[in-house]
Amino acid sequence: MFSAEQSCWFVRKVICWRAAASIAWAVLLLPPITAVFVILSKFSLLHPIQTISECLSLLTSASAVFSLILLCGVILMVGFLNLEYYTVIPTIACSKIALLGQLLHPRQLVNSLVHCIMGIIVAWCCAITIGGRYETLGYPCAQSDGDSSPQMCLNEYHLILLLAGAFVGFSYSLLGVIHNMNYVSFHTVQQYKYLRFKGSLPLVVKCSATQALKSVRNYVVVYLFLGYIPKAWICKTLNLHLNSSAHPLDSIAGLLDFSLLYHLWISASFLLFTWHITLLLFRIFVTEVYSFPVQSSFTEDVHQCLPKVLTDNQPMILKFLALQDLALLSQHSPSRRCEVFSLSQPGGHPHNWNAISKECMSLLADLTQRLVAYHDTVATNGRAKSLSTGSERKTSSETSVTSGTDDLMSPRPTFLMKTPASVFARSIVGGPQSPLTAPFTPDLDSPFASPALRRLTAPVEQCSPWFGTVQSPHVMRRGPKLWSTSTDSQVNGSPQSSPASVPSPKQEPSKPSLLAQFLQNRKEQLPEASSQALFADSQAHIWALEGLSYLVQASFSEDQFGVVQTTLPSILSCMLVLQEAVDRHFKLPHASSKPVRSTGSMGDSTYKTLRFALRATLKTAIYRITTMFGNHLNAIQMSAEHRKRLQQFLEYKE
Amino acid sequence: MCSLALFPPPLPSGQTTLCESNNELLSGATTEDRLKQESSPLSLYFPRESLKLHSRTESSSKAAFLDHSETLWMRSAAAWRDGGLTGLLNEITNSHTDVPKCLSVSSGCILALLRKISSFHGSLFPHLTLSSEDMIAEFSQVLNWSDCVVRAFAWHPHTDKFAVALLDDSIKIYNPKSVTTPTLKHRLQRSVAAVQWKPLCASALAVACQNCLLVWHVDPCSLSTRPSSGCAQVLSHPGHSPVTSIAWSPSGSLLVSASPMDTAMMVWDVASESCVPLQRVGGGGVSFLSWSPDGSHVLASTPSALFRVWETRMWTCERWPCVKGRCQSGCWSPDGSRLLFTVLGEMVIYALTFTDTPAGVPTSTSKGPQAAAVVADLSETTFNTPNGDVIIGGEIQSLAWDPTGERLAVLLKGDPQAADRRPAIIAVFKTRTNPIFELLPCGFIQGELGAEPRLMQFHPNFQHGALLTVCWSSGRITHVPFYFMGAGVPHFGLSGSPSVPRPQAGPADFSNHSLFTELIS
Repeated sequence: MFSAEQSCWFVRKVICWRAAASIAWAVLLLPPITAVFVILSKFSLLHPIQTISECLSLLTSASAVFSLILLCGVILMVGFLNLEYYTVIPTIACSKIALLGQLLHPRQLVNSLVHCIMGIIVAWCCAITIGGRYETLGYPCAQSDGDSSPQMCLNEYHLILLLAGAFVGFSYSLLGVIHNMNYVSFHTVQQYKYLRFKGSLPLVVKCSATQALKSVRNYVVVYLFLGYIPKAWICKTLNLHLNSSAHPLDSIAGLLDFSLLYHLWISASFLLFTWHITLLLFRIFVTEVYSFPVQSSFTEDVHQCLPKVLTDNQPMILKFLALQDLALLSQHSPSRRCEVFSLSQPGGHPHNWNAISKECMSLLADLTQRLVAYHDTVATNGRAKSLSTGSERKTSSETSVTSGTDDLMSPRPTFLMKTPASVFARSIVGGPQSPLTAPFTPDLDSPFASPALRRLTAPVEQCSPWFGTVQSPHVMRRGPKLWSTSTDSQVNGSPQSSPASVPSPKQEPSKPSLLAQFLQNRKEQLPEASSQALFADSQAHIWALEGLSYLVQASFSEDQFGVVQTTLPSILSCMLVLQEAVDRHFKLPHASSKPVRSTGSMGDSTYKTLRFALRATLKTAIYRITTMFGNHLNAIQMSAEHRKRLQQFLEYKE
Repeated sequence: MCSLALFPPPLPSGQTTLCESNNELLSGATTEDRLKQESSPLSLYFPRESLKLHSRTESSSKAAFLDHSETLWMRSAAAWRDGGLTGLLNEITNSHTDVPKCLSVSSGCILALLRKISSFHGSLFPHLTLSSEDMIAEFSQVLNWSDCVVRAFAWHPHTDKFAVALLDDSIKIYNPKSVTTPTLKHRLQRSVAAVQWKPLCASALAVACQNCLLVWHVDPCSLSTRPSSGCAQVLSHPGHSPVTSIAWSPSGSLLVSASPMDTAMMVWDVASESCVPLQRVGGGGVSFLSWSPDGSHVLASTPSALFRVWETRMWTCERWPCVKGRCQSGCWSPDGSRLLFTVLGEMVIYALTFTDTPAGVPTSTSKGPQAAAVVADLSETTFNTPNGDVIIGGEIQSLAWDPTGERLAVLLKGDPQAADRRPAIIAVFKTRTNPIFELLPCGFIQGELGAEPRLMQFHPNFQHGALLTVCWSSGRITHVPFYFMGAGVPHFGLSGSPSVPRPQAGPADFSNHSLFTELIS
């Protein structure tokens, strides 16, 4: 499972340690949180002194220490799951059925099961600490038929608390998928870890409490109707009896017990709070800025330097942190910029700048390609396209599968930013067959995969000829019409500039299975989601744009050897082409609609607005260059169309 | 130290300052001169009568309808919606007939307790008791904001267009190159305290309003004169109103906003409409923000005698407690190394110098100076003019430093109630930051008779020196150019100090006085 990651020095040396530190802090925070929980759960207005003394004696008891150890174990497990399931590129389900596919994925089922069990453990600890009527599962009771021998009866209060733990744990893992809780976003405002933690703490408290309230509400309803099933099962397996004199709790009268509801809520809040704190700490630690050296004098360290690290595709977090570091260094650090502009010592080649600019431009070109392809299918088919083709176009426009056959075809696959990293995908990331992109879930290993789907996800050619040197997107737009004669043209409707590059091995017309067709037709497309999915990894593009534009701006005064000058035309044209593609994308009706803002959830919804952030950053980046260079830009070789476009920017008319 | 005594005397009344040329402020009294100045396309006049003001507030429409009785539940729900918890308690307390006695009594008690707590809080921070209009007037950089026709003004950082916020809550955008002047109106755009254009962008304009922040996207190529409210992004955060000050980062990526009611300063990522609250203990709010031109620091002053200087890389801050009052205004030198600020209740300008942190080394706090130095004294000074003695000086409303760092404009509050009637006036200093920091007197800027300056701003990229735009109490907007050669421009003769004052006809020979000079050390 870990084979791919262990090979990477970064995961071994940095990410694991960061995760370990975050878990350690979460464990350290556990005793105070537990103390607060104990006080809140036992608090009574009428006897405050008694409450405090009770709490103190409880906290020092052996059972409390034991349950604390258990809770530590749970936190360790949660932290481990966070590390295992996190992703920097969110998984966006484009349709309801895709979401269902995510939820029913085996990996997700395992996750849910583990969360259920952990929920039971935490609830058991809660039951022990609250004490009183919740403490044990069975209790001796008198037999109803007058027999004097005592027998064990089921304590339904204990059971209801344990089941509540399981339910909350399950809904936590379920909502985790729906709200993309495993998505780790990067903040634009850098702050120290402690301050970030302090700033987000009130939010975590609030969202744990509200989430607990909602879960308990749902749980109570479920228990009211289905509570007899687990009750009977437990009684049967553990040979317990039901006390006929006690009120059954799966009735309206039994559930209208205020103290019971309060204890359920406070236990659920405690559970969610500890888990959310662990998640928050993990996010804060893992997104901390990492400073990569720009160049190293030792050859064994070269693979850790920024130009090399930027080109690495796996793990994704490494690429993101490298791009973040690039954006920051280009903005704040003149000495490190100087290293970027420096020439290699012998040879006099600007290797650092070449590697960095090439990588950034290939990222941008990839996004342009994706957008053009997307827009192309939309434009040729019109808005009123059938739903099934809607899914196809996305599949074709976005997928970038580096399967074995494909590797043979493309000698050097240009790095295409994969949007995989679905929750389920990380385990197979290192394998020869990389996962499908998230937006087209169900992916290949999902239960819904079918030959048809596999066919649809046939590789888009990797060696795009217009990497960095695009003349005009019109060429690209014409591509499919010119070259594709097969019926699959739409499927592979991505820009193809030469007939030779049409992927042949997977072109055999394979009949889609009935089930797949049914599912395809069932797919109720969420147009905004498809737009979100298109920009799911745009944080990387934003950093690439910032890094490039700041470096170019700084080069005006800092670049002694003129290394930037040689690439300036291609950088500008790359940005302008992207600008055009982004503009066209935002003309689509769903693209510019603002997503509803969710506040009460721990799930980070930054990804929903990434396309707006990208648009703003792109414009700012072009303006940054034009404002710095001004009329000097007229001396640059570029096509008339681009010059016209650039003139708009020079006159501040965009 | 430079003081007002070194200034040339103010012009006789009726004369207006036109421009600075050859190190001398030129004035004109004839209508011909004035017409010449006013005929330029950017000079504007907004007579108060031309503005359609709101005759009533929204809530007052209640009086127009017949009173009818609603059920207690309906009333309570309405009170909760309109007035929150206090409104609900008020409603319960007041409806004796419908609710049980114990409930109304207990809610009355809670209400009284809440009021006690809030009045205690208010006694700690007196500004919290102000209404939001008064609060904006109190903390705005505009002199006498509530009575001002032009409430806010902003030049575009790269082009010759500007935005003017008027008393009737509309914003007009003027561009000499285009015939259309878009008027921006929005339901939420009330009591505009500040406007600012986004740097490195042609279209985005941030507006600080009473309840929220608006970011307009005004397409410069559009011919529409009334952009729809769909062009505006609404940024709001609970508890963050009224917004009195905003500042864009010079790189155009972030926007900070401040409200005296909110102890947290908000850093907005405008495109994604998300914000990060930056909160520190003390101060009771944030009233004024200013981002240094190099982007490295942000000045954030609070309503109490304390201001903070944030460094923008890791967003840590330095606390600067003042002795006397709150920091009223501040401005940064073009290279971001020097901060000039004024304190309410004092008549001097202070300077703080920030040395650059070593490049690439992230330090926890920016290494700053230990104490602020007084660089100018603007206490009251009597000038003998042919029309009699004129007293000028006093507290400072706002500061503005031109983008080349050669002129510093200071808006003095004046005192219309005083017996000797000190008028509000703009004093302009010549400044030099290299090789040593110097402040030299330049002169006063006066408008036509009876008009007081209310608001001023320098043009961000004027080619021939500096251009100061002044909004007057009469509703007029004029532009006063200062023609000079910048120190950055190489030229012959004088080595690097072209703007040394050589008063040919200056009445006071102030070149002999000791002027404020700071040693390089």
